[in-house]
Amino acid sequence: MKNGDLGIKTTTIEKALEWGSANSLWPLTMGLACCAIEMMATQAADLDIARFGSEIFRNSPRQSDLMIVAGTTTKRMAPRVKRVYEEMPYPKYVIAMGVCVIQGGPYVDGYSVVMGVDKVVPVDVYIPGCPPSPQALTYGIMTLQKKIKHETDR
Amino acid sequence: MAHYTELNIGPIHPAVHGILKFKVKLQEEIIEDVEITLGFLHRNAEKICELNYYADNMVYFDRMDYIDAMNMELGYLTAVEKLMDMEVPERAQWIRMIMAELNRLAARLVGLGAFGLDMGMLTPFFHCFIEREKIQKIFVEASGGRQEVNYMSIGGVYQDFNDQIINDIREFLKEFKPYLEDIYGMFMHSEIFWQRNDGIGILEPDVALDYGVTGPLLRGSGIAYDVRKDAPYLFYDKVNFNIPISHKKDNMGRFILKVEEMRQSIRIIEQSIDKIPDGPYFNNKAKKSMMLRLKGDGEVFSRVESENGEFGVYVRGNGTFKPWRVHVRSPAFKNISVVPVMAKGMMIADLIVIIGSVDTVIGEIDR
Repeated sequence: MKNGDLGIKTTTIEKALEWGSANSLWPLTMGLACCAIEMMATQAADLDIARFGSEIFRNSPRQSDLMIVAGTTTKRMAPRVKRVYEEMPYPKYVIAMGVCVIQGGPYVDGYSVVMGVDKVVPVDVYIPGCPPSPQALTYGIMTLQKKIKHETDR
Repeated sequence: MAHYTELNIGPIHPAVHGILKFKVKLQEEIIEDVEITLGFLHRNAEKICELNYYADNMVYFDRMDYIDAMNMELGYLTAVEKLMDMEVPERAQWIRMIMAELNRLAARLVGLGAFGLDMGMLTPFFHCFIEREKIQKIFVEASGGRQEVNYMSIGGVYQDFNDQIINDIREFLKEFKPYLEDIYGMFMHSEIFWQRNDGIGILEPDVALDYGVTGPLLRGSGIAYDVRKDAPYLFYDKVNFNIPISHKKDNMGRFILKVEEMRQSIRIIEQSIDKIPDGPYFNNKAKKSMMLRLKGDGEVFSRVESENGEFGVYVRGNGTFKPWRVHVRSPAFKNISVVPVMAKGMMIADLIVIIGSVDTVIGEIDR
């Protein structure tokens, strides 16, 4: 604190809430396929996403704010993804991780894959890659934080 | 009349290793019956393979057992190369062998980390992933991919090993050997780990054979069966390594066996890395411009040892650029089908540990 500084900062309640919710995004472990392993790697020691406020992966939808859909969503799995999404409390966000979740990816010729999880749940951030690297997932989470705080990317 | 409780575990559950459903019939806390529902990750990879050129199908094999991508590629390639009468240069074969064993280590590390998580042990998980990250750095240097590498190609490998990669592998092994003992000690010095695993999930050898179980699950029941030894592919007959078995038949025996197998993998890599000869790293018949013009005719079945057991690939060609039929013998499917037998009469909490010990990968089961 500088000399003569009162140590007071004024802000609005909305901004304070946004700051709080952006910096405590607790993800839900929605590991469906290959991308789940990279999601685990993001959580592990080398690329610890706890540094960005996503402190811990919760296994219960009731305790989480962010659903990272990691892996191919099949037509059989889609209703269950939707149900878990509906069980999450507001405010809630969804990250689509990997090309399978964005538009079908390598399985686009198949009959059993949902061509994009955004047909089932609303998606906030898309992360391309097959699978995306942990760095990409970290960047996706940072992008989501900016979105929550109504900041623009550039 | 006995009163039963039915409990659904999954499909989205942190302990079931993927997305599959266990419907458990309980008498108080004792498991009477387990019914497994599969198919939540059915991506019809086998059917899509019929639409693609031979060289393009690598992608789908990478994503079957997604933590053991190199061995999946190897399974497909040994089949396709047999179909096309393609010879692989010696250098490429040694490189393939090193990469397959490195990926086996990486896959085991994921398995052990997740096995610890099932019992609430968080520490080994982080240590396992630190080491796995180092293996992935080697993969990135060699292939550009971290996990789904797409490194091997028909008639050789995508890119040659340079001195940097060989040095990296040597350095990694030197660091990894004591680190593995550390991770092993973390498990073995835990009282809870012993109590949850010793004598749990007993699998008799005759039951294992009846169900077609392979891999560490079969060797954990005391039967020394390993494709690398019994039907050697690549140069597995030119290196010294042992097939460890365990007569304990339970979770604890299988865990010790898996760690011992990792030590044997290190031995294989150490021997192969000195034996890499100079020469071409791909067959000229399969160079990149010719890759999509390769034709296959006839039918062939080939098998490799993946982290879960015997991975077999059946390919049938009709003389065109695309396979007529691709079929996969999934070891994880056979392994998971034995869970109801192992879990019968155990407590409900033991089911989670048994699933962790069987260590299936759902991508390979549902395909």
